[in-house]
Amino acid sequence: MDLKQYQDVWVFIDCFQGHPKDVGYELLGQGRLLAEALKQKCCAVIIGENVDEAIKGATEYGADIIYVVRGEEYANYSADAYGHAFLELCEKYHPNTILIGATANGRDLGSKLAIRLKTGLTADCTALSVEEDTGNVVWERPAFGGNLYARILCSETRPQMGTVRPGAFKKPQKCQNKLSVMIREDIRTKQEDILTKVIDFIKAKDESGIKLEEAEYIVAGGRGLKGAENFTMLKELADLLGGSVGASRAAVDAGWIPQSKQVGQTGKTVTPKVYIACGISGAVQHLAGMTESDTIIAINKDASAPIFEVADYGIVGDVFEMVPAMIKEMRIAKNLEQ
Amino acid sequence: MNIVVCVKQVPDTTEIKIDPIKNTLIRQGVPSIMNPFDKNALEEAIQLKEQYSGSVTVISMGPEQAKATLREALSMGADKAYLVTDRAFGGSDTYATSYILSKVIEKLGPFDVILGGKQAIDGDTGQTAPSIAEHLGIARLTHIRSMKIDGNKCVVEREIEEGIEIVEAKLPILCTATKETNKPRYATIKGKIDSLKADIENITLADLPNMDITKIGLKGSPTRVKSTFIPERKSSCEMLESVNPRETAKVLFGKLAEAKIL
Ligand SMILES: Cc1cc2nc3c(=O)[nH]c(=O)nc-3n(C[C@H](O)[C@H](O)[C@H](O)COP(=O)(O)OP(=O)(O)OC[C@H]3O[C@@H](n4cnc5c(N)ncnc54)[C@H](O)[C@@H]3O)c2cc1C
Ligand SMILES: Nc1ncnc2c1ncn2[C@@H]1O[C@H](COP(=O)(O)O)[C@@H](O)[C@H]1O
Repeated sequence: MDLKQYQDVWVFIDCFQGHPKDVGYELLGQGRLLAEALKQKCCAVIIGENVDEAIKGATEYGADIIYVVRGEEYANYSADAYGHAFLELCEKYHPNTILIGATANGRDLGSKLAIRLKTGLTADCTALSVEEDTGNVVWERPAFGGNLYARILCSETRPQMGTVRPGAFKKPQKCQNKLSVMIREDIRTKQEDILTKVIDFIKAKDESGIKLEEAEYIVAGGRGLKGAENFTMLKELADLLGGSVGASRAAVDAGWIPQSKQVGQTGKTVTPKVYIACGISGAVQHLAGMTESDTIIAINKDASAPIFEVADYGIVGDVFEMVPAMIKEMRIAKNLEQ
Repeated sequence: MNIVVCVKQVPDTTEIKIDPIKNTLIRQGVPSIMNPFDKNALEEAIQLKEQYSGSVTVISMGPEQAKATLREALSMGADKAYLVTDRAFGGSDTYATSYILSKVIEKLGPFDVILGGKQAIDGDTGQTAPSIAEHLGIARLTHIRSMKIDGNKCVVEREIEEGIEIVEAKLPILCTATKETNKPRYATIKGKIDSLKADIENITLADLPNMDITKIGLKGSPTRVKSTFIPERKSSCEMLESVNPRETAKVLFGKLAEAKIL
């Protein structure tokens, strides 16, 4: 395989019903950094029925080239249709690197492409860089529940591929007046080649307020909260901060708060300005989702809780005293009470 | 209905500790368990068998000690178990592992349904199972909530970030189970005793004559681990007194304001 034939960093813009997910834009930021290190272009790949919003977004977030495949067979994700379109693009343009968000569909698509292109795929990466002398991407990812991190290379085959955790990176700055080259490819997938068909969809219950992934302030609760009713005080504090409530898996498993609020390895990765962990011990699986927050504040009764190892400010104390006190002080500061 | 379930033996990652001096993983004494999501996959297989009759085969690739996990699967209600093991398979990444498992499934099959876990808790890639489907050239649906079979068709509820998709597909199909798919049953005492006597066959490279050996083991793996490291923890936590909670809250907000965080 002549590796030099393979050029450019491709980012898959994962959309749902025509709406791009943030992870695609987060990856355009990373794709740009890799492309600069490789002296190549950063490109977006958009597959769908309604593609306008994604095209606009990919332009704003700085894609040099935007490859677009449109058709009604791409209205819903299917491994067969999306895989077919993506593979045709790869065959024609030979990308060097492919970045895909580690969403349910992204991981599925990634595995299809890697097997068919006979190349390596590194899952669920949290950091990316380029080895200067070889031009290999160094894919960094947690393993063993976040206890260990590995750096992985795919040095003999191209494209080199990875899926990347949503939320692991922030979205880049939007570009002003970016001129992206648009390449529309007329690739159609026959109905009989699509083996799975979406026949219905049940939308997850709408979450009120700010989405966890987008919140700049997160107040998260764990088993130390002792019950569902006590999450109301976290919500009050979060509202005062203009943020959102998160949780550990223990709190989710206890049924105190929905799974969509779970932070960690099997939940969401978040990078807010401030993360306040209340009654959370700091198991590695939880840390895997929040250590990149700018400032971490931990409140825990147990001075030896591992959460203090990653915190910037620690309070050894009772959440049932500390959180109401913080609410009170916030309200006073905001002139909501005296 | 012939069903095969891919199960992996994994270290219980909640029990892994870090050696604070050598800064390495302490794996000694860490119990090996059946990958939790694979238990959901197996439970789903057993339920399908109970509903539509048929048989459940479990396969696991790993060292001899992975037979303990296969015995656990038998004790829960699987009919037949095979250990896929050979020195030539060592060092396989997800590409090579899924290729080997697909060859084993071809040999033991045909199967109507192939089940695996959403991801393994040690590697956490979630790639192996859909890759098996790709090698076999069959349909796959990852992260399922439930599965109903109707003749040669199935209807599956699939979890995605936005909600639940109802998806229809023809058999054969590969699906991956999540924690929400079901609640795995416990083994019965009789099941446990029977599983100890059960005969678990090994499948080695010699049993898989049409395998392309350039695609297996370390040599057949396109990805390679360059290095590993234990994540650094900043140990610069500033501890605040909490004798008087309101005083502490004031001090905290003061510090945050000073650092221009709030
Ligand atoms: C495969 C796998 C994946 C996982 N994924 C995740 C994940 O994504 N996210 C996640 O969070 N976990 C995950 N876990 C679970 C994780 O290992 C821990 O079990 C979990 O994070 C513990 O939650 P916790 O800190 O709330 O509970 P605990 O560990 O029980 O900690 C509760 C803490 O509250 C403190 N406390 C109690 N009362 C008070 C009080 N009144 N005031 C102040 N402090 C108090 C205690 O001192 C203790 O430190 C996963 C586990 C596995 C095996
Ligand atoms: N060595 C193995 N033996 C059997 N099944 C496996 C093996 N590795 C992975 N699997 C299956 O693939 C799923 C996903 O694993 P992974 O891609 O490693 O996260 C697991 O839940 C298993 O069902």
